[in-house]
Amino acid sequence: MSVAESLHAPLAVRTEDAPNAAGLKSDAAKERMQLLGLCSPALVLVTITMVLPVIWLFYLSFLSDEGTFSLEHYHRLTASKAYARIFYTTFQVSVLTTLICVVIGYPLAYFLAQLPRRAAALCMITVLLPFWTSLLVRTYAWLVLLQRKGLVNTWAIELGLWDEPIKIVHNLNGTLIGMVHIMLPFLVLPVYASMKAIDTDYVKAAANLGASPIQAFWKVFFPLSLPGLFAGALIVFVLCLGFFVTPAVLGGGRVIMVAMSITDTIELFFNWGAASALGVVLLVMTLGSLFAASKLLNLDRILGGGRGGH
Amino acid sequence: MSDNQARGEALPIYISNVTKTYGKVFALDDVSLDVKQGEFLTLLGPSGSGKTTLLMVLAGFTRPDHGSLKFGDREVILTPPHKRDVGMVFQNYALFPHMNVAANVGFPLKLRNVPAAELADRVEAALETVQLGGYGERGIDQLSGGQKQRVALARAIVFEPRILLMDEPLSALDKKLREHMQIELRHLHDKLGMTTVYVTHDQREALTMSDRIAVINFGKLMQLDEPRTIYDFPANTFVADFIGESTFVPVSVSGGKVSYDGATLKTAMKPDGATKYNLMMRPERLSFVSGRKPKDVNVFKGTVSELVFQGESFLMYADLSDGTQVAVRGATQKDAMAIVPEVGKPVSLGLHKDDTVLIPDTGDMPA
Repeated sequence: MSVAESLHAPLAVRTEDAPNAAGLKSDAAKERMQLLGLCSPALVLVTITMVLPVIWLFYLSFLSDEGTFSLEHYHRLTASKAYARIFYTTFQVSVLTTLICVVIGYPLAYFLAQLPRRAAALCMITVLLPFWTSLLVRTYAWLVLLQRKGLVNTWAIELGLWDEPIKIVHNLNGTLIGMVHIMLPFLVLPVYASMKAIDTDYVKAAANLGASPIQAFWKVFFPLSLPGLFAGALIVFVLCLGFFVTPAVLGGGRVIMVAMSITDTIELFFNWGAASALGVVLLVMTLGSLFAASKLLNLDRILGGGRGGH
Repeated sequence: MSDNQARGEALPIYISNVTKTYGKVFALDDVSLDVKQGEFLTLLGPSGSGKTTLLMVLAGFTRPDHGSLKFGDREVILTPPHKRDVGMVFQNYALFPHMNVAANVGFPLKLRNVPAAELADRVEAALETVQLGGYGERGIDQLSGGQKQRVALARAIVFEPRILLMDEPLSALDKKLREHMQIELRHLHDKLGMTTVYVTHDQREALTMSDRIAVINFGKLMQLDEPRTIYDFPANTFVADFIGESTFVPVSVSGGKVSYDGATLKTAMKPDGATKYNLMMRPERLSFVSGRKPKDVNVFKGTVSELVFQGESFLMYADLSDGTQVAVRGATQKDAMAIVPEVGKPVSLGLHKDDTVLIPDTGDMPA
């Protein structure tokens, strides 16, 4: 056999007469189809409940009251100061809620992460417990606690903390208290998970190399927990953007966010076009936040749970 | 770093009566042990023996129940880890993933407020010491296992600690690289001269690298000696069994005479008062005897029961007359293989009197 022949011969065998090549190939194709089959119920569901409505929403927002194509709903959004205010409030409430959640949630997650496994599990239940209670119940519970003659005001006056009942509900304060309470687990869980994933040897190594506990925390532990913190903050922020029940109940009409404005537009004015336009803008804002976050913080790393250890 | 500069600064370690219990379990049971200045001492033991606990006590991460620990003249048992000034290489390297190589190695210097220019020089020097010069800008996940190991080492020595601790630093590397690094680490120790305490469960690694080996089991110090002494004259059954391969043959002792199967044995040492002894037979110390019995060699007769080819050596199992199975190891050189008897054939095995070592039979625990 010549050199050329010996080089070509194996290739020829591989393509034509390779044993079972066709069978193995169809087997692989079958496996892919089975995988697709497994996710098809979810795919159908998402298409019907998510993709189609969103397309419908877009379509409606570009229809005038007479049913022709127009940008009038968007014009109104940009022209009216009231809408600018609503979007401002939405961002304000979302940013404040996220910040307060970070300030309260990070130390809480840190505390949980330091506990022995069993104690941590117990404490985690107390964090998660609100999750298992209806959102509406929790919100009204806050209303009961915070109202003018509620538990907080009565006790504070009896203890002499303040003399007159103060307004802590039906305004921004009440909204923030309620929203922070509801959003906290969404921050604590990812932060806790990312802290648990930090090898304790990193902190030991830092100490061994001469870092005091405070230095070891800020130079090693904190930077390593940031992906979880960003993930948690992002989840809270995005959820806040579309929040409805809590600001509606605890804001007392003074805190109007986009979601509430959408309801009003539909229920009071029966204007589906305008409501759709608001929905589209909210969706774009949310996606914009996610996009900005991904640009800023490398979202793959955050959502993917990150650096692949050693 | 000149050869003598660091060596002069190396500190001896004095460990006395250190005990650590977890519930009712003794992780360390009244351990006393001195590490000489500039010595390479290995803590060797199976997993759960307490060797890592002892290292963690040295580093300050484990608080013992009681005991004293001195670095030189300084009592450090109450000193927190970050004030102990010891370098440590962790088993998984514990390189900070959010810092590049240079930042990792420079970390201890930064904490010691070393000026930027000097810091950069010392980082590069440390990286060159571990043969990673120019790797400073690499990310940690761009490094191979062996490179991570070197960076961890550079980080542990860059601030010129007087004591260096290593917790199974080579266990994650493949065999070839591990054997290479053993020699390299030993050379580095000779160059830097730091007092080094090295933890491993790998007896060959301990024999290769150490000045002295402390064999630990059940939280107790089983034997502390130089590698040759540990191997040739183990203090008890556990050490003999854990280090190297060995078969134990029960022998009878009466009136200072040691005998097996009716024949008196010439031994390396006189029995010293224990009631029961085992004869330790290392597979590679046994030889084939044919014809006349050589001087100073004890001969054991048996039958070949199995023969295994293992590449560079063969392993032969033979049943002695009392039923004890002993192993014999030999090189697979052509001439040597020619005299290996076949399975089922009788065989005479010789053991030189200096290799005829008696171990007091006290079970796994020393008296």
